[in-house]
Amino acid sequence: MIAPLAYDGAMKSVIAENLVKTYRNGQVKALDNLSLDVEEGTVLGVLGPNGAGKTTTVRVLSTLLKPDSGHATVGGIDVVKDPKAVREIIGLSGQYAALDETLTGWDNLVMFGRLYHLSGEQARVRAKELLEQFSLTDSAHRPIKTFSGGMRRRLDLAASLIVRPKVLFLDEPTTGLDPRGRMEMWEVIQSLVKDGVTLLLTTQYLEEADQLADDIVVIDRGQVIARGSSDQLKAEVGGERLEIVVDESDIDAARAVIERIAGASSVVDQGLRKISAPVRAGTDSLIEVVRELDALKIHPLDLALKRPSLDDVFMSITGHAAEEAVDDSAAEPTKKKKGGRK
Amino acid sequence: MSSVKHSVSDALVITKRQLQQLVRVPEVLIFNTIQPVMFVLLFRYVFGGLGVGIPGGYVQLLMPGIFVQTVTFTLAATAQGLAQDMEKGLIDRFRSLPISRSAVVMGRTLGDGLLNIVVLVVMGVAGYIVGWRPTSSLLHIAAGFILLLFFGYALSWCGVFAGLISKDARVVANVSFLFTFPLTFLSNAFASTTTMPKPLQYFAEWNPVSTMVAATRQLFGFHNTFGVTAHSYPSEHPIVTSLFYMVVLMAIFMPLSVRRYKSANRR
Ligand SMILES: Nc1ncnc2c1ncn2[C@@H]1O[C@H](COP(=O)(O)OP(=O)(O)OP(=O)(O)O)[C@@H](O)[C@H]1O
Ligand SMILES: [Mg+2]
Repeated sequence: MIAPLAYDGAMKSVIAENLVKTYRNGQVKALDNLSLDVEEGTVLGVLGPNGAGKTTTVRVLSTLLKPDSGHATVGGIDVVKDPKAVREIIGLSGQYAALDETLTGWDNLVMFGRLYHLSGEQARVRAKELLEQFSLTDSAHRPIKTFSGGMRRRLDLAASLIVRPKVLFLDEPTTGLDPRGRMEMWEVIQSLVKDGVTLLLTTQYLEEADQLADDIVVIDRGQVIARGSSDQLKAEVGGERLEIVVDESDIDAARAVIERIAGASSVVDQGLRKISAPVRAGTDSLIEVVRELDALKIHPLDLALKRPSLDDVFMSITGHAAEEAVDDSAAEPTKKKKGGRK
Repeated sequence: MSSVKHSVSDALVITKRQLQQLVRVPEVLIFNTIQPVMFVLLFRYVFGGLGVGIPGGYVQLLMPGIFVQTVTFTLAATAQGLAQDMEKGLIDRFRSLPISRSAVVMGRTLGDGLLNIVVLVVMGVAGYIVGWRPTSSLLHIAAGFILLLFFGYALSWCGVFAGLISKDARVVANVSFLFTFPLTFLSNAFASTTTMPKPLQYFAEWNPVSTMVAATRQLFGFHNTFGVTAHSYPSEHPIVTSLFYMVVLMAIFMPLSVRRYKSANRR
């Protein structure tokens, strides 16, 4: 078979080129010349704050929304020209679980199976499989209304996997879940990825993209502002930082130790008596610093190894914190909120 | 060929879902039938005395009026159901599936039509108990009920459109109700139109609710004239006029709704 669309020598399952989508007569630019692609069998994490355009991107790629301009293909099929063919090969689990709340989990899965044109028998067999796979067998016959947020999310994901889609879109699959629910969801997603599905997932958490994605694009105000592997992005941000708070009298001595071990210059916040420096060896550096400080009889009041967060990524790339795009986005929207912060 | 088969079977899956909902929450069906039965009883015994001189009594005029009023409310029910599906994101999910563009709205209108059958049967029995006695042939009576179902079905398509353009399920239900409720009273459904002010008489004369009420009365064996002049077209030919209204409504709202569904977006 000839690869329909191939560059960089690899098959791209999803390609978006210069997508533009505006609202309110162009006042709100949900997508502003956004381009991205997902290599077949890999996971792309789309990372961005509230209002960045994550959902809009997913809606365009899953044929729910027509872009104003630009074009996109999924599995080599144009999403605007042949949406029905795209729908045959994708699975979508939106930002909010989209299920019939009065029906049971079982009823929902069988209904969606039938809508994928499985026979009644096939739909029931598949529903059973999926309920088992997602540990929902025990609650299968309860109305969705009685499900917890995590259960809903899992069932919603199950519904998008009924016909084993080639390309899967997950819009913020773990937002609103507690840490345990998040871990469970990660495991489920990782097992899907092992089975070879091509996945585009959006998230607000760098850690999540780090865990699940091969590649990451960071978007803000409808634009891609950075892309690369998680390691590349972290390197760009400066990786992990060591933060130590000590007594005022110990600042200079502690600073010397830290800078030597980190092999980099540090930043000192005199008011908070906090010293921070980027470290490459993570916990090893932390241990080393503690040992040396202990030998010098310096007792840290607080000690932390900070992983770069989405905020750090934003800070380092854009110079402003991640903010929800304000509707009058032409104006400088970051100031108002910052003033409100502590 | 198979795509036609699929769009029918897809629509039936959606209809089945609606029936499953009724099984899970039977209160919906119960309330849907209790309300019209309550209307039958209230009107029958509160206004029963109005029908002096009517052969068979007021209840003969009343029942077709209540039948029509009840199926008119299908509009609000359909609108609310669809708007709820929009709010829950279900329409989004349906739109991401490889199903025909008409399946979801077809299935919904069919489901609401089936619900109307149940409601009409229960009301017919209640009417019979309180003295309603159609005098026409069985065939005519059946035709009357079929006409009622079709009227409900045609209005259901207006409801689909309203539901798809609305932003909020409760608002669209209230707006639809505010729109249909006066329609059912600015008609000949419960009282003669001749006592209304002239402009209202003209309105009532052409009101589809009036033509439907007159049409079903006629099919149930009770001829009645209404409006400003007894010789106006809707008054003389209520069945034809009603059919005309239904065809026009469906010709407008079926394509509009399917079109709207294609680009329906939450919020
Ligand atoms: N239907 C709409 N009408 C008007 N503006 C919209 C509409 N949909 C999205 N927007 C705007 O487009 C921008 C991008 O929205 P989008 O939902 O894609 O963001 P997001 O990254 O998914 O955010 P979140 O993390 O909050 O889900 C926002 O500024 C949003 O207000
Ligand atoms: Mg979103």
